[in-house]
Amino acid sequence: MYNKEMTESIKKVEANRKANTDFEPRRMTAEEKDTLLATYHPDYKQEEFRTLAVGPNKGGKVPTELAALLQAHSRIDPAKIDLSAPDYDVDVLVIGGGGAGASAAIEADNCGANVMIVTKLRIGDANTMMAEGGIQAADKPNDSPAIHYIDAFGGGHFAAKPELLYKLVNEAPEAIQWLNDLGVEFDKAPDGTMITTHGGGTSRKRMHAAKDYSGAEIMRTLRDEVLNRGIPVVDFTAAIELIKDENGKAAGAVLLNMETDELLIAKAKTVIIATGGAGRLHYQGFPTSNHYGATADGLILGYRAGAKLLYADTLQYHPTGAAYPEQIFGALVTEKVRSLGAKLVNVNGEVFMHPLETRDVSAASIIRECSARGNGVPPADGLGVWLDTPMIEIKGGEGTIEKRIPAMMRMFGKYGIDIRKEPILVYPTLHYQNGGLEIDKGCMTNVENLFVAGEAVGGIHGRNRLMGNSLLDIIVFGRSAGKAAGAIAKETTVGALTLSHVTDFENELKNAGVETDMVSPKLLPDYRRTK
Amino acid sequence: MENTVNIFLYGKKYTVPASLTIMGAMEYAGYQLKRGCGCRNGFCGACATIYRIKDDRELHACLACQTKVEDNMYIATLPFFPLIKQPYDIEKVKPTEQIMMQLYPEIYACIGCNACTNACTQELNVMQYIAYAQRGEYEKCAEESFDCVMCGVCSSRCPAGISHPQVALLARRLNGKYLAPESKHLTDRVQEIKDGTFEELLQALMDKPIDEMKELYNNREIEK
Repeated sequence: MYNKEMTESIKKVEANRKANTDFEPRRMTAEEKDTLLATYHPDYKQEEFRTLAVGPNKGGKVPTELAALLQAHSRIDPAKIDLSAPDYDVDVLVIGGGGAGASAAIEADNCGANVMIVTKLRIGDANTMMAEGGIQAADKPNDSPAIHYIDAFGGGHFAAKPELLYKLVNEAPEAIQWLNDLGVEFDKAPDGTMITTHGGGTSRKRMHAAKDYSGAEIMRTLRDEVLNRGIPVVDFTAAIELIKDENGKAAGAVLLNMETDELLIAKAKTVIIATGGAGRLHYQGFPTSNHYGATADGLILGYRAGAKLLYADTLQYHPTGAAYPEQIFGALVTEKVRSLGAKLVNVNGEVFMHPLETRDVSAASIIRECSARGNGVPPADGLGVWLDTPMIEIKGGEGTIEKRIPAMMRMFGKYGIDIRKEPILVYPTLHYQNGGLEIDKGCMTNVENLFVAGEAVGGIHGRNRLMGNSLLDIIVFGRSAGKAAGAIAKETTVGALTLSHVTDFENELKNAGVETDMVSPKLLPDYRRTK
Repeated sequence: MENTVNIFLYGKKYTVPASLTIMGAMEYAGYQLKRGCGCRNGFCGACATIYRIKDDRELHACLACQTKVEDNMYIATLPFFPLIKQPYDIEKVKPTEQIMMQLYPEIYACIGCNACTNACTQELNVMQYIAYAQRGEYEKCAEESFDCVMCGVCSSRCPAGISHPQVALLARRLNGKYLAPESKHLTDRVQEIKDGTFEELLQALMDKPIDEMKELYNNREIEK
């Protein structure tokens, strides 16, 4: 399956495998990490960012691709929208059908609220479904929420909002228990002890998993629970603009049937944005591990309605995206592969870094190895380094790969690569939106009755996120947003509906001299061949 | 010139690069996908697809995002299949044989044709996990079905009208909630948090100046 040059390089990897397996590479110092990031991490390439000319973050910088969407025209003309006869009238409107949206809907339902989910694809078409490696929680005797806090705070470059991070780590064990009680199958030892591993940047083994289908297992269970409760799910229907009431509170959304183009009006007492990430915007031309609908829609909706962004200039490039074969270019190779003992090896068969540095550091290190150091392995196109998967079987015994990372074995197996015997080629892939809409500890934005949960939130993780803290945040903040939105809906009377904020934003664009023919939210990428 | 193959999307012929997946080939041909495309990585089951190579009697099923095109491939996507999903209250059901009889009695009408297994896009032994479900062996059913992406192709081929993915999901939830052993350390930790055990520590961390946090982070002990 591998070409001649790659096969030559693999011989060196094989020759060093035994020694590399036993070798314990040192971790980088804080100074080394800072220099590495500043030189090689994509977040530091100033020319790839643009200053916003309008909106709540006017003067702030975001990626060029996001700026274009934040400062694009609405898909609707507010003057032509009739808000007087809503098609849906609910207590809580959840926008997005991933892990955060489903968790929020379940908890809002528990509050007795009349809750509805709208999603532009199907419920479960979300990055949650694709999360492979696991979910963090400090539930072992040698661990504590305080240690989890230090790991995450440092890993995120000391930029997380303390009150949000506190909530994340302190409610983590209960989140695991909640999932377990819903029937999520965690990997456990026969005595019930959770089988936990390290992730990059963790100081305790607190990564809980369900093989390497952790997110899928969580998502399909949450989806089943939403359906069991009879919570309405309006699928293939995108929210394309928020609606406010005359008092400036979020009060619903304009919806678009993705297949018929019909516009619909949903009125609600509270609104939860749970629309996920932005990988499909392909920042800086990177491939992505994200699902098809990850186009930052919620950030656009919120921003146009006046909600502030936080850290929207920081993205996560997962160090190990598949670099070969081309059919799976950019697909996620879970960090768990390294947790289980595989190391990163260059073209000469040398281990060039500790395999469990944080993601931003690991990604920058791989980029350096392939650029300045010239130690990348040349595949068909692009570059990569080896992730020496056979080390896992040396370390954990024969059968470990099939038992612990079956999805990885299957993904590469389809292209004739047996990861138990051959290494795989990897390169960073756009994976996660570290920033997003800013919330308080009650999950509300600066727009009253507008809540956010999941990847659309900014500030929980700071400027980099640790593995396993995203599956955790969708549960903790999804549940929390659902409870808060459900409770506040009970005390809310909605005033007259309006889209005046959309008109105002359009005027702001004009006054700032922003000229564009783009409309947003983007909804879906377009991968059709351009002739 | 790049290697190309001829494929037939819903019967219509297109010439596409041989290296593409079926999903990539559809986009190359000019389709802007809405249905039938989800994670694009083999986890979500949105892109179930059936195909037949011209003049071959065998009908194949696959995920469009995970399968390379072949010459003379006749392709039809199956973006939705009407599975039967029975609602239940997870708090009230019990992991006994009765629950399957009650919710999914059609599994006992399985005729053993194995069409489900032959059609599975994940190469699972579907008929075997249904057999485990029939016997109330939910732990085995859960393990055997674990990699299911719920694409529904198995059910589309089933003469008994079984919704295999839903049966398996019920089995997994029963196993995860009722049959798998309790994690004592988790129960204890949740109680400790409720008792406020870590409150003071966490508050202290939240109030610390960044320099002290850097010191703590950079010198923390890392478990081997």
